Amino acid sequence: MIGLLLLIRRELALALRGGTDAVMAVVFFVLAAILFPFGVGTDPEMLPRIGGGIIWVVALLAAMLSLERMFAADHEDGSLDLLYLSPVGLGTLALAKALAHWLTTGVLLLVAAPVLALLYNLPASAFGALVISMLLGTPVLSLVGGIGAALTLGARRGGVLLALLILPLYIPVLIFGAGAIDGAVAGRPIGPQLMVLGGFLLAALALAPWATAAALRQAIE
Amino acid sequence: MCRTTKRRPVQGLTTHNLGCIRGERAVFAGLDLAVKPGRALLLSGANGSGKSSLLRVLAGLLPAASGEICWEGETIEGDPDAHRARVAYIGHADPLKPSMTAAENLRFWARLYGLDPAIEPALYQFSIEHLADVPARYFSAGQKRRLNLARLAAGQKSPAGPALWLLDEPATGLDPGAVSMLANTILAHLSQEGVAIVSTHGGRLDELLDSHADRVTLQTTGNGTAS
Repeated sequence: MIGLLLLIRRELALALRGGTDAVMAVVFFVLAAILFPFGVGTDPEMLPRIGGGIIWVVALLAAMLSLERMFAADHEDGSLDLLYLSPVGLGTLALAKALAHWLTTGVLLLVAAPVLALLYNLPASAFGALVISMLLGTPVLSLVGGIGAALTLGARRGGVLLALLILPLYIPVLIFGAGAIDGAVAGRPIGPQLMVLGGFLLAALALAPWATAAALRQAIE
Repeated sequence: MCRTTKRRPVQGLTTHNLGCIRGERAVFAGLDLAVKPGRALLLSGANGSGKSSLLRVLAGLLPAASGEICWEGETIEGDPDAHRARVAYIGHADPLKPSMTAAENLRFWARLYGLDPAIEPALYQFSIEHLADVPARYFSAGQKRRLNLARLAAGQKSPAGPALWLLDEPATGLDPGAVSMLANTILAHLSQEGVAIVSTHGGRLDELLDSHADRVTLQTTGNGTAS
């Protein structure tokens, strides 16, 4: 536990001092979401219907922007070898990296999302669904994204490969995340969608660090 | 075979018929080594002869293709966590974060490894104590290497410090004064019955460690023995 906290603190310190990745992800999130109404029109009845889906698609792409660097710097400077040899182990490292990624990216997306909800004229009743679905879904993006980041570590054109590997795995989160918001807009119950997202989160917490650690071990060897 | 008998206890590190394959190439094979506590082993050999691969195999970073590695007569495969805990590894790269100060970099590794977080003496040992609060991005290559090597000193001052030092060309980029500091650090480790395996391309470090070290030269064909 001490090792996990040490790693998270270090990742947050590095992100705060040198990282523009998190800021870029949020700027991308907002800019990309703003672009859609220019393309599909600004019909005030249509925007709430498509808003949830667009916000989720853009959030998913924004979360991917900084994934490629999740382990790359540690791999390049030899830190990954020392982290592997340390008592904390690769599973804890994978969990710490994913949590730090979520804290520096997912939380910022979560904060920015209600602003975009206003832009898309979402009813007040959908705000809760948006925030809760993103609270449950964005950690899954970081945890599952960690697997892709580890698998593509050291690969040429790793960013493209990462997208090809991870985007299909994000589809269930997108379906249920956007579905929760659509349900709230239409006045339907959203409990099932949120419960499924919660299930995804628990499964990702249990399995993703283990899978990421296995991929990291391959990269080290 | 890793076996300790009452008449002749096996101590330190031994390897038996150790082999390593990278890609489809046998980097080395049939390697038998024995390094007793308080002794160093200097590895030499041409580029590509497998020095770095051997150190990575001994650290547990690479799997051995054949043979076994023993510590105090017991195979390390029985308890890989215990083996990792006894290893201090210095690779080619310096695992430092440019935006963190020297003290922060060193303190992070010390805490992660459960070592004494009082890192000032370790910085002092490599004459970089005046750089403690300077971000590593402003360091020269030699200063970065000194800071990386200070990890060894931090471990040395801790009761739970690693007993097996695996150093891959540790003197790269160091000036003669820093090489002496490194040699003194290694000699102090050996005086505490530690084991050090150091890959080198000759030079002053070899001379300074000569009386406490055995040598093995890896051939590009991949065989070598030492005791």
